[in-house]
Amino acid sequence: MTPRQRLWMFLIGMAGLAAFYLWGLAGLPSFGDYPGPYGDIINRIAVGQTKATGVVSAVNFEYRGFDTLGEEFILFIAATGVATVLRHLRGERVAEVRDEAAGRHAPPTSEAVRMVALILTGPTLVLGWYLASHAQTSPSGGFQGGVVLATAFILVYLAGRFLTFERISPVDIIDAVEAVGAGGFAAVGISAVVMGQAYLTNFLPLGTTPGAVSSSGTIALISFFVGVEVGAAFILIVSELLDQTLLLRPGSR
Amino acid sequence: MQIFPFIVVAWILAVGLYGIVTSRHLVHLIVCLIIVQSSTYVLLLGVGYITGAVAPYFFDIPVHTPAVDPVVQALALTDVVVEAAVTALLLAFAIQAHKRFGTLDPQELVQLRG
Repeated sequence: MTPRQRLWMFLIGMAGLAAFYLWGLAGLPSFGDYPGPYGDIINRIAVGQTKATGVVSAVNFEYRGFDTLGEEFILFIAATGVATVLRHLRGERVAEVRDEAAGRHAPPTSEAVRMVALILTGPTLVLGWYLASHAQTSPSGGFQGGVVLATAFILVYLAGRFLTFERISPVDIIDAVEAVGAGGFAAVGISAVVMGQAYLTNFLPLGTTPGAVSSSGTIALISFFVGVEVGAAFILIVSELLDQTLLLRPGSR
Repeated sequence: MQIFPFIVVAWILAVGLYGIVTSRHLVHLIVCLIIVQSSTYVLLLGVGYITGAVAPYFFDIPVHTPAVDPVVQALALTDVVVEAAVTALLLAFAIQAHKRFGTLDPQELVQLRG
């Protein structure tokens, strides 16, 4: 198919999509007039039921907890997939890799970048930990916290070299941490079953003060496990991809 | 009837799809896919919005304050995480494609494989 034919196909398809979109739009309520009922009901009952003041987290880790379990495993499988796809290539390294930058050396990281990365690492770790452990109170949670935690490790890579990065996050340990995060979520659900309740029932004491860090039972616990899993998954993905840059430029090692 | 956010959704979707169809580089194509997916965030948040309502966090406000729909916000969060994971996987595939075929141009890749 030539690019021209492809563009015509695209325009025909877009015309059909636009027609369906306008048809769907005609059935939507006007912007700003959300008709409910689910969001309104959950906003009214969630704080009383779960003692969590962050209703988005309550939806994610309690009302839609089972969906979030599936979502977490999408991330788990994607990280495994990245490792698998790139590991396969590593086996072919000897035969395939050419030095594409022969005679050229990557310039060393500037002192300014190293300094800023070093200064930011500590606060980033604290911020990530705070986000992962406050899902029940404020706009945060394991997904956001996990990504910030992974960022702290990537700052270490920026401040030093890949070898340092590999030393503080060996892939085997990160693999195990990721498994603990993913398995912890599932284990919280199974614990409820062991106690004779439905899967992912909130079986821990909820506390009495809405918005206290110790409140909301399993919501805080699941958020913590999700934070561990997301952080480990992103560190794994980034170190696999960084591995590839070394692979393409062996001279810079 | 206010439909401006929904027009923005259609525009982001169309721009992203156009980028995918005319792309000459796999990394560019993956970025275009991210743009297509961004339209769903705007759609989800637009559908759940209530004029004059606050965010669904009741830490320092009374519980009966009108707040926007938390369900679509949770869905948008899900969306972002899945997008990040899928992007990482697609970039890994792009690396593999470059190693095997020596090109990242999707139109050349099609010709190589027939």
